[in-house]
Amino acid sequence: MSEITSESLGGIGQSVKRKEDLRFILGKGSYVEDFYLPGMVYGCVVRSPFAHAKINGIDSSEALKVPGVMAVITAKELEGANLSWMPTLAGDTQAVLADKKVHFQSQEVAFVIGETQYAAADGAEAVEVDYEELPVVVDPFKALDPGAPLLRDDKEGQKDNHIFNWQAGDKEATEKAFQNAEVTVSQSTHYQRCHPAPMETCGCVADVNPGTGRTTIYITSQAPHAHRTVLALVSPLKEHTTRLVSPDLGGGFGNKVPVYPGYILATVASLTLGLPVKWIETRSENIQSTGFARDYHTTMELAATKDGKITALRVKTLADHGAFNAQANPMKWPAGLFSICTGSYDIPNAHVEVDAVYTNKAPGGVAYRCSFRVTEASYAIERAVDLLAGELKMDPVQLRKKNFIQPDQFPYTSVTGWEYDSGDYEKAMQVALDLVGYEDLRKEQAEKRAKGELMGIGISSFTEIAGAGPRKDFDILGLSMNDGAEIRVHPTGTVTARFGVKSQGQGHETTFAQILAEELGLPEADILVEEGDTDTAPYGLGTYGSRSTPVAGGAAVLAARKVREKGMKIAAHLLEVSEADIEWKNYQFQVKGAPAKAKTMAEVAFAAYTNAPPGEEVGLEATYYYDPPNFTFPFGTYICVLDIDNKTGEFKIRRFVAVDDCGTIINPMILEGQIHGGLTEGLAIATMQEIRFDDQGNCLNGSFMDYLLPTAVEVPNWDLDRTVTPSPHHPIGAKGVGESSNVGSPAAIVNAFVDALSHLGVTNIEMPVTPWKIWQLLHEKGVA
Amino acid sequence: MSKKRMVNATINGREQTLLCDNRMSLLDALRDAAGLTGTKEGCLTGDCGACSVVMNGKLVDSCLVMAAEAEGAAITTVEGLAIGSDLHALQQAFLAEAALQCGVCTPGFLVASKALLDRNPDPTEHEIRYWLAGNLCRCTGYQKILEAVQSAAAQLRDNPR
Repeated sequence: MSEITSESLGGIGQSVKRKEDLRFILGKGSYVEDFYLPGMVYGCVVRSPFAHAKINGIDSSEALKVPGVMAVITAKELEGANLSWMPTLAGDTQAVLADKKVHFQSQEVAFVIGETQYAAADGAEAVEVDYEELPVVVDPFKALDPGAPLLRDDKEGQKDNHIFNWQAGDKEATEKAFQNAEVTVSQSTHYQRCHPAPMETCGCVADVNPGTGRTTIYITSQAPHAHRTVLALVSPLKEHTTRLVSPDLGGGFGNKVPVYPGYILATVASLTLGLPVKWIETRSENIQSTGFARDYHTTMELAATKDGKITALRVKTLADHGAFNAQANPMKWPAGLFSICTGSYDIPNAHVEVDAVYTNKAPGGVAYRCSFRVTEASYAIERAVDLLAGELKMDPVQLRKKNFIQPDQFPYTSVTGWEYDSGDYEKAMQVALDLVGYEDLRKEQAEKRAKGELMGIGISSFTEIAGAGPRKDFDILGLSMNDGAEIRVHPTGTVTARFGVKSQGQGHETTFAQILAEELGLPEADILVEEGDTDTAPYGLGTYGSRSTPVAGGAAVLAARKVREKGMKIAAHLLEVSEADIEWKNYQFQVKGAPAKAKTMAEVAFAAYTNAPPGEEVGLEATYYYDPPNFTFPFGTYICVLDIDNKTGEFKIRRFVAVDDCGTIINPMILEGQIHGGLTEGLAIATMQEIRFDDQGNCLNGSFMDYLLPTAVEVPNWDLDRTVTPSPHHPIGAKGVGESSNVGSPAAIVNAFVDALSHLGVTNIEMPVTPWKIWQLLHEKGVA
Repeated sequence: MSKKRMVNATINGREQTLLCDNRMSLLDALRDAAGLTGTKEGCLTGDCGACSVVMNGKLVDSCLVMAAEAEGAAITTVEGLAIGSDLHALQQAFLAEAALQCGVCTPGFLVASKALLDRNPDPTEHEIRYWLAGNLCRCTGYQKILEAVQSAAAQLRDNPR
């Protein structure tokens, strides 16, 4: 028999081709939109044209006359079922359909069901709503003004528009460090409101079957189990008879974590009509009403010695949460993991403070390709360090090196309380510097400057925090943030494995099969991974915050090891030795000291069903729910090199080097794709994406015509490299990678822009950095 | 006037008669009436290219074409690229290069890339980037897509299908 190797199995570290891709390239993916059930009808949401208005009445009579319109649902119809309001993930309440007033433009006001999507849309047009406009709060800084209109007068005891104040670190010690500092820098900045805008919008097909008593909802959900539990808690639906199926998802990036009114409305409509109801958002509905991200107005300050040792960090943020506090964050952490903002640096004093307010904008605050506000944190510290470097006239590389947490300091506890698992920041940085040719670039920049040409080099040495999370601290609406894996080894040695997380394109069907191949000694091709169906998948809180590999990956490994434990008994029985004489080695069960006497997992699996040891339960299955002992802390250094046209402000990214360290790598090919995608979204945030409003709260760019996503023309070729520093607490040392590149890249890009213009006295440019903004700066400085 | 009409078109080489609402887009006709759900809706405004199909030799956004306009037309969708289990060179290259992640934009990219290579068998990277600028991808950052299109182009030049 030939030797079993990781390579022959397609185990950890192999660039196995993605199992999910064949169906996609054939056009045979199965997304929510692709479900057509017999008798299915369509729902369309009537949305508010105003950002803040009283509703004096809703008249559905004309809508009901439209041919093909079957029903109109308003808040009044929902009240009977106590469903006109629903809880948000942050424990606030959100109107499913506006009852007394609307709080943001595009808010859900009524739901029209039609025989076709065209009839439903016509019906929605014909619903007449009598609005009485109210004063609008758009600017979050004015939300707390005395006399500002009270937006959430529906909430008992709510006297103003303040949601919470949250602090971390030591305020007193930090203030003292600032008072005694030799140098301080301060910068206010706005991490602008963005939208994840996955290519597939949100939607569902709800099928309440009066015959079977079962409710099936095909839904664009990154967390189907959590969503089902929420539905069961707030509605008459029971968890055991309700099945949520999250099929192929067309991207998510955090957008598909919250529960949206449309899901509830389609389900209520199906219950009312006894027919399956399909509701799919348009792109504009997606951008204007579902979970936005960021919108942090932050002042970041550093205190340091003259020779560049950082002594304190102070961060103060005003967070615009929109009309309902619907951000996706663990209950105890209203600003998520934002206090990771000391980043990669050994900073002895820090204080972080976040105030959140209501405004007349869409609710959200989702973790857009990041782990709960870590992107905002990373941007703040990486911009602040560059600002300090500018103030000290120090090279930003040297300043970072001087302040990095050193390899021998791990596990490192930050002043804001996070225990970093492992890292070697300078090593990753050095790889990046060598790859990009840093010294030569600085020389070239100096030469160009002498000629009046503009070139920028931007660095970001970020640390992420991923894998939420340990249950002692982390939950969503009380549900522990742990995740399950269930493995069934069939008699012929093939495997069905199910998970509580849910891929949206990350390639779980491949990577989880690889982890199991490595642990079980069976080829990845013989391992089928299933996710997303609450009828079959073990419980889990879903995929976001780069938690699939750190949490569900851990569950996969430990479930597989349970299978192996049982396999030891069976192998001992087959080999007629005691269990103590068996070891798992070379991907098989071997007799210690006599490796020729061995049984493969497939042989053991067959015996598990045909020849189990006396007294032993038949079968070979295991389930494990993994509670991670800590977060993982991926890190890296990114370097962006760009050239700016000194007359027009147009720019071109010449080179972008990304060195990532996400611990153990499961599939290098998939890893590259994840990093490419995250970098591209980082570029989008740094240079294009911003949801804008006028002073009446009208969204100014609710389509792909004006909410810009990068195309193949704007995106450079990314230069990737890596270091590998395994996580000491994760069963296979993996840290997760899907989001690091989106966390680390905006600061690298903005630092490059500022660096290009720093000799002109420019210290900050707000995202998105556009040629127009650059031209204005150049014009101000008399260059263009 | 009737609210519906019959539309006769040759879709992926097969003559079909579809009963379409007068206001129906070609995208909805393909998905809802012909059952070809490989073509995706990403924006309905012609900005994302997820609904790309070839109609009478031209690459179009099927969300911006009325179904009625397809009367008598020859249409190729993603489902028409493979012949049986024999994948088109582009499909093979997309698999080999992992040029997709969530897969929603992929049918549009495949159809648009085929339209490019049918016209220009040896495009430069610059030409590929500009040709595909009408197709948005949120997952891949385009790099592996570009590599796949280049690799398929080379494959097809050696061994035209």
